[in-house]
Amino acid sequence: MNNKPALTLTRPELLDYLWSAQNEHGYIRSEDIDACSNALGISRIEVEGVISFYHFFHRQPSGEFTIYLNNSVVSESKGFARVKEAFEMATGGTFNGVDPSGQWGLFETACIGLSDMEPAALIDFYPFTNLNSLKVRDIVAKLKQGVSPAEICDPVPDHIRAVPEGEKAILLRHYDPGIALAKLCDLTPQTVLEEIKRSGLRGMGGAFFPTGLKWEACRKDPESPKYIFCNADEGEPGTFKDRVLMNALPGLMLEGMAIAGYAVGSSIGTIYLRAEYTWMKDKLQHTIEHFRKMNLLGKNICGIEGFDFDIRLQLGAGAYVCGEETAMLNSLEGKRGEPRNKRFYPTERGYMQKPTVINNVETFCAAARIIQLGADHYLQTGTPASPGTKLLSVSGDCRLPGIYEIEWGTTVREILEQSEADRPYFIQVSGPSGECISMDEADRKISMDDLVSEGSIMIFSRSRDILNILRNYNRFFKHESCGLCTPCRAGNFILEKKLALFADKLALQSDVDDVQSWGKIMQLTCRCGLGKTAPNALLMAQQKFPDYFETIVNANPERLNKGFSLKEAVREYDRFSS
Amino acid sequence: MSKAKTKSNGKAGKAATRANNLITLTIDGKEIETEAGRNLVQVANENGIFIPSLCYFENIEPPLGTCRVCTCRVNGAAGPACTESVKDGMVVETNTDELKDARKAIVEMMFSEGNHFCPGCQKSGDCDLQHMGYEMGLTQSRFPHVFKDRLIDFNPRRMIMEHNRCIKCLRCVKEVFTDDGKAVFSFRYRGNETRVGIDYVEEARLSEQQAIDAMHLCPTGAIMVRGEGRARPFGARRFDMQSMQDKAPEIDPEITLPAEKKSIATISLAGCFGCHMSLLDIDLKLIDLVNIVELNKSPLNDIKEFTHQCDIGLIEGGCCNAENVEVLREFRRKCDVLVAFGECAIWGGVPSMRNTIPLGECLEEAYLNCITSMPDECMVPYHEDLPKILDKVYACNEIVDIDYFIPGCPPDANHIWKSVLSLVAGKPLSVLYSEFKYD
Repeated sequence: MNNKPALTLTRPELLDYLWSAQNEHGYIRSEDIDACSNALGISRIEVEGVISFYHFFHRQPSGEFTIYLNNSVVSESKGFARVKEAFEMATGGTFNGVDPSGQWGLFETACIGLSDMEPAALIDFYPFTNLNSLKVRDIVAKLKQGVSPAEICDPVPDHIRAVPEGEKAILLRHYDPGIALAKLCDLTPQTVLEEIKRSGLRGMGGAFFPTGLKWEACRKDPESPKYIFCNADEGEPGTFKDRVLMNALPGLMLEGMAIAGYAVGSSIGTIYLRAEYTWMKDKLQHTIEHFRKMNLLGKNICGIEGFDFDIRLQLGAGAYVCGEETAMLNSLEGKRGEPRNKRFYPTERGYMQKPTVINNVETFCAAARIIQLGADHYLQTGTPASPGTKLLSVSGDCRLPGIYEIEWGTTVREILEQSEADRPYFIQVSGPSGECISMDEADRKISMDDLVSEGSIMIFSRSRDILNILRNYNRFFKHESCGLCTPCRAGNFILEKKLALFADKLALQSDVDDVQSWGKIMQLTCRCGLGKTAPNALLMAQQKFPDYFETIVNANPERLNKGFSLKEAVREYDRFSS
Repeated sequence: MSKAKTKSNGKAGKAATRANNLITLTIDGKEIETEAGRNLVQVANENGIFIPSLCYFENIEPPLGTCRVCTCRVNGAAGPACTESVKDGMVVETNTDELKDARKAIVEMMFSEGNHFCPGCQKSGDCDLQHMGYEMGLTQSRFPHVFKDRLIDFNPRRMIMEHNRCIKCLRCVKEVFTDDGKAVFSFRYRGNETRVGIDYVEEARLSEQQAIDAMHLCPTGAIMVRGEGRARPFGARRFDMQSMQDKAPEIDPEITLPAEKKSIATISLAGCFGCHMSLLDIDLKLIDLVNIVELNKSPLNDIKEFTHQCDIGLIEGGCCNAENVEVLREFRRKCDVLVAFGECAIWGGVPSMRNTIPLGECLEEAYLNCITSMPDECMVPYHEDLPKILDKVYACNEIVDIDYFIPGCPPDANHIWKSVLSLVAGKPLSVLYSEFKYD
């Protein structure tokens, strides 16, 4: 204890240090924890608390090759179970552990942003897509021969399927580096702010807070320094639009961040990139360096005196809840990614209690386009309530999964037609935390005043079982809850038990009523958006698909039997009968 | 714990500015004048408006906002009261049906999520969770108990971490530090796996008093200090006698005996007959009892079979075997009103301690691998005359509909007596706070 710590580390660097330790040894050793705890002057348990929060950090050896197979709902419907079995057969290991030889670590993980190419897996964080049993056998054989995952991983195409015609395309149009930043030479920070406000741009991450107001609040706050964060922690299952934006137009995002820095008076930008997108890290890093060389980042950008802005990358470590902005702030500060109490906006007390702007990748890209094209151009697309365009990640049962840039106001039916959906039946808009709709609602418009979407549409055909979908969502939320507030931590767990009754064909109408009332309690009392929205799909599905639930609910008029089967309850004892 | 000191030192300063810092807010229609910036839970409770709270602890700043038991509507928006500072013109609703039900549900969730065996807990009677249950008149949880297997950590030098009882309020994480500022506790994992981790090294560096303070900081019995869990007798514990909501001394209501005679049947399933013994503790009122009820099938009179349809059935104990299930179903058929009395009938109680462990393991441990069993000569009893053992102990209302619940392990004799009287007379139940217990 009296030794001078060999390591110098600040708390926000903790995640980076843990990553480097894990990359070196395959897991985080006790020595690494000692080193952090000594360098930071915190107890070991605090470091353990941080490590155990993130599901990509391991405290045990995680195998020479670490395989993360996506268990999201789309993956399940595309053959997850067969692929999982194939991995187990080929490697000799079992999932959520390491095989006896220590070579293969097999883990399930939540959506990895490749829903257009499911089933998909990450092997040592390199993407492998459109998996099937044959392909898995082939991959494992090659890895056994000593080929590295980097050499055989799959390319990740952007799958841009549709863009609005002509000048109406906003995001996915021709791009040259510096195209938006060049406009700043003629604009003061105040006019940039006015332009963004006039465009009516809202946050595209799902909360739809007016971006101009957010930037203005941050600019007006007397505290400094101010921070700009780009939320690239796209974790909502079925969403992959930010992946495509960062892959196709990484520069546009950087320009958007720099514009935000210019408008609010900040020179520090950080991208919080989800660990599932580690394979994109080098590309983003190169783009940042390229921008620095072109004087699009750094000091006196574009020759504008005093306009300094630089960007660094921060890698997450696996936690859906870190997409919630205050949880992300905690994660960036090197803590457990638990959402904060909503006492202050991040623009008042954000990163390190300083004024902070957090926007999503798509929002920054749209902001850059607004400065490039002008708010008037932007206002000509979309609807009066929601001007502009929106990127949708379409996946599930359709022939053309991928990215669709749509004008706000497009109907669900148009999207289903464009993507050549197969007998659509159950459509999940905005991910598991969003809204599910039946075909009766297919003419609803994707817009602020009707059906909002953060950017995902998952299509399920008639052959999919609704209960399976809902149980997948429930498992996801149960696993991804931060565990801080009672209704989310316990509520999702309790709902899982209840849904098991439905699956065992033991549920009564009273169980349907219970789910409705318990879900509403969660919506009312949870601490953050995760818990508040976790029961959404379940509640709506029961309301919108009454026929389905009638068939699986046991209409028992007697008071003698409540979801209990004596035959099942004595099954375990009966094995002692011989 | 230095934060606590600075707060109390600041009181003199506060008094000086009191006059020009006054604001008016409305809670449940009542106008209240107070200083700006004070905590809403405190302001409400001082003014006779009870807002239940669990994680909230006066000296922790910023407030934790984890348990959500104090959920209210502030200017229309739902959120925890403990994280709100009062402002001028604030309109607060605390006692709508929606909010009362939601708050009760959260306390129920805590009971369902943890493994809270009150009769065996040293903190019983001094436990904030139990206290909230009493204040809300919580007789049972609407949620199924999840019976997750949790550890009891005996490794720390001075403390015992009883993870079964932890409600993850975050108090210890935010407030217990060594003298050089190192956290002794931290949350580990996440989701329903979340638990409080304790740092053995730092724990050993706490002084005796700091360790005891940590135990008292814990709202339940999750943090215990060895040798310090002194049980006090009933009546002498923190939450035994006096409700927080009604400060007036309790007056036993006048009860007139109903004229009409009703028939009652009773049974003990997976219980210990303790509830029946408690029933006999009504002493002289037993004479009243035989005047107002006719006992049918019951162990008290040894009548084995129902002779006719009964008005009221009292069930002690949950269901641990197939016979219990059959008897319970017979009671449901033969009794118009079915009452679960005692914790075992309500949610499983002490016998359900086995629910966290698979049945096979329990039986193997008891009959095959136990220290007195002879190798190759032992077996798990199995015979057609023996009732089959269920995979877990079920609460009665998991199997049939139950109409009323009388909590307690065992329930207080007066509690049973008054409940039976109210049922016979068809009147609403009125039980005193001091008679309402889980242990």
